[in-house]
Amino acid sequence: MDPPGKRPGERGRTRATAHELARYEALFSARTRAMKSSAMREMMALTERPDVISLAGGLPDTTTFAPELYAKLMARVAADSTARALQYGPTEGMAATVECIVQVMAAEGTSVDPQEIIVTTGGQQVIDLVCKALIDPGDVIVAEAPTYPGAVPTFGAYQARVAQIEMDADGMPIDELERTLDRLAAEGRRPKFIYTIPNFQNPGGVTMSLERRRRLVEVARERELLVLEDNPYGLLRYEGDPLPTLYSLDAEAVGGRGAADLVIYLGTFSKILSPGLRLGWAVAPRPVLEKLNLGKQGADLCTSPVTQLFVSAYFAEGGDGGQPRWLQYLEELRALYRRRRDVMLDALAEHFGEHGRWTQPQGGLFIWATLDQRIDTTDLLALAQESERVAFVPGRAAYMDGRSGASSMRLNFAGVPDEDIREGVRRIGRVLREQVGLYGTLTGSSRAARSQRAPDGGPSARPARGEAPPAKTQPEPRAATGATERGELADVVELPRREEGAGRRRRDR
Amino acid sequence: MSAAGRVAVLKGGPSLERHVSLRSGAHAQEALERLGHEVLGLDVGPDLVPVLRAERPDVAFIALHGRDGEEGTLQALLEAIGVPYTGSGPAACARCTDKALAKHLMREAGIPTPDFHFLREESIKQLGAAAAVEDIEDRLGLPLVVKPARQGSALGVKFARASDELPAAMVGAFSYDDRIVIERYVKGRDLAVSVLDSAGREPSTDGNPGERSSSGSPGERSSSGRREEARDPVALPVVEAVPREEEFYDYESRYEIGMTTFVCPAELGDRTTARAQRLAVEVYKLLGCHGVARVDLMLAEEDDELWVLETNVVPGMTETSLLPQAADAAGIGFDELMARVLASAATRTATVPVRL
Repeated sequence: MDPPGKRPGERGRTRATAHELARYEALFSARTRAMKSSAMREMMALTERPDVISLAGGLPDTTTFAPELYAKLMARVAADSTARALQYGPTEGMAATVECIVQVMAAEGTSVDPQEIIVTTGGQQVIDLVCKALIDPGDVIVAEAPTYPGAVPTFGAYQARVAQIEMDADGMPIDELERTLDRLAAEGRRPKFIYTIPNFQNPGGVTMSLERRRRLVEVARERELLVLEDNPYGLLRYEGDPLPTLYSLDAEAVGGRGAADLVIYLGTFSKILSPGLRLGWAVAPRPVLEKLNLGKQGADLCTSPVTQLFVSAYFAEGGDGGQPRWLQYLEELRALYRRRRDVMLDALAEHFGEHGRWTQPQGGLFIWATLDQRIDTTDLLALAQESERVAFVPGRAAYMDGRSGASSMRLNFAGVPDEDIREGVRRIGRVLREQVGLYGTLTGSSRAARSQRAPDGGPSARPARGEAPPAKTQPEPRAATGATERGELADVVELPRREEGAGRRRRDR
Repeated sequence: MSAAGRVAVLKGGPSLERHVSLRSGAHAQEALERLGHEVLGLDVGPDLVPVLRAERPDVAFIALHGRDGEEGTLQALLEAIGVPYTGSGPAACARCTDKALAKHLMREAGIPTPDFHFLREESIKQLGAAAAVEDIEDRLGLPLVVKPARQGSALGVKFARASDELPAAMVGAFSYDDRIVIERYVKGRDLAVSVLDSAGREPSTDGNPGERSSSGSPGERSSSGRREEARDPVALPVVEAVPREEEFYDYESRYEIGMTTFVCPAELGDRTTARAQRLAVEVYKLLGCHGVARVDLMLAEEDDELWVLETNVVPGMTETSLLPQAADAAGIGFDELMARVLASAATRTATVPVRL
């Protein structure tokens, strides 16, 4: 802080008026002025306290990475590549890193031309660069509902309008997507791209079926639309058969040498190695790739060569039985996360019981739980972190309007020790039962409650929508209705207070 | 406030308003440094009392929003350890922070505040209060606003347009406090009037700053001006919060997501302006506020009546907060505003001698 009277260009005592203070506000671009923190997000910041069990993070577990290996790899980078590690690197990334990326994608059955890869500072940068390249204010992005909470501020910062399509157990329903595209076309609006996380979606925990993947690629081809395929978790599959990437399906449709021309692929080392490395990548058609490259030059010139060299050293490591070390570590992570997922599913069955439904993810890091629609998880979080010292991500964070998804929550099972998972879910369950009990007392018998709710379609019709009480004054969340009537986000435990709707929902199983 | 002193700015804390508080505190700090004080910024935590004992500041400047800074505990604590502080004392804090108490007091004093009902969560279990909810609704009429009784942030403020929305609104509000206020909704314009004790030892009524702030008139003085003629409170120009969307009932978004623009001075008739300012000063005095406070009101659409909603004893002091905007419109710069808030530590008739 400046000592008094020493500010340049000011006479005597400084007198900062509100106008002067507001002058920064006046200098902000329309774009950043739109970037405002929400109360809900500020509340989430409070959950980063040491005494809070947080199931809110998007974290993988980094405690299992062998310290000796980390030290050895870093030492190797330092000794063998001192000058290169300390120097700028090419914007598109170092060839050695690109080779690793080709290997990771091959492990998911996707072949790729190294010339079409750009190495980025985390996968998050890809979302930013794609928006930078494609989005003018008011342009439309089509995304899943719920969508990745970390993409919400990025889309907002580019002033995109986002049409969210409610998912069911098989991911984004493509007929619903088509209806939305038709409606947008009728309004003279053409989306710039479709944003999807096909595998173990964050936060929904569901996986797009093969049939829908094929159909999505067809739709993109019919309508000449770009798809941003965000695939951080594809290799973290704990059960079931791997499904082809949208990128590979698109490449197949193109034929020839095997590059997709409408799918931009987003990958990352964050979930198979370390998010601290900040290392991701995009694979994109050349013209798009060039724009991403220009955008990246403006953003950070290049991704850190230190971490790029670290990854290439890591991928050169051999493991047991001739298997590369990175694949062996991936096996270890899968086993760990599979167990933690099961711990969380058991804990949910025990402590949420009839008060909620949740997805049974076949992979990834997250479970999406949807409670009685009259419970607002933002309020529940306030109570949970205050009285029980436990945190989760309220569902609203996954919706652009900040209101839908109000009765859902995202729970991370991967980065949390088993005991904390059990204890955390137990604590949330306690607060939840308290709220449900209070609600029951206030509404009297459940029969009375149901008959009161009947006029707006009843709670059973659209439980996953999770409307907050005030939400009815707003227009229907775009494109959300049809999908939910057909199904919900995967396997659920039935709510006994919703007997009327039970029949309708059972068939989703 | 000519002599410079050591000022501890208390900010942050674990409340839902932590972020706003940190920003308020940072701004206050900068201004106080420009004014020549030695400033110590303290993010309030379990070490607060030991740190204050060790640092021995001349004054604690309270920039702590939310229950931690506004309910009076902090103020009482500062009195206990002999540190003078800015703003209102424990009693006024307790009266303002508890919306139910403040509304009871206003109603008794004949100050218009929307009709309401106060409820404790325990009364639902222990007194069967749930059975009375329908009666409460019938008496107040829809739509209703449900608020946690002691929560400064807009979080937890719920709106119920229909009967069947009321239980969820109540459950939501109870998440933030075990006491809630169910209030008749007044549709209309959102107004805020900041009230400031007049400057230092200058003659009070001449210190009336803004051209449009005609309140704090001599007529008001008889009520509480006995001891401290020099600090008669004056109302600053009225600020109006204008939502960018029509029919916008979501309080959380309304105040938090930048869906609102602020107009100061509010475009009101002279009579309404004067009435709003007079009401604000009355409330300020009634609740025993000291130094500074912000009174929030509604101007009803249907009959042009003014209704007082609540009073904030530690108003936001960020660059876009209502208090600095209002002060600026009255020709009081931010530094001067902070100087006056700081001076309030010396004028309180508290048990603590002030060394500034």
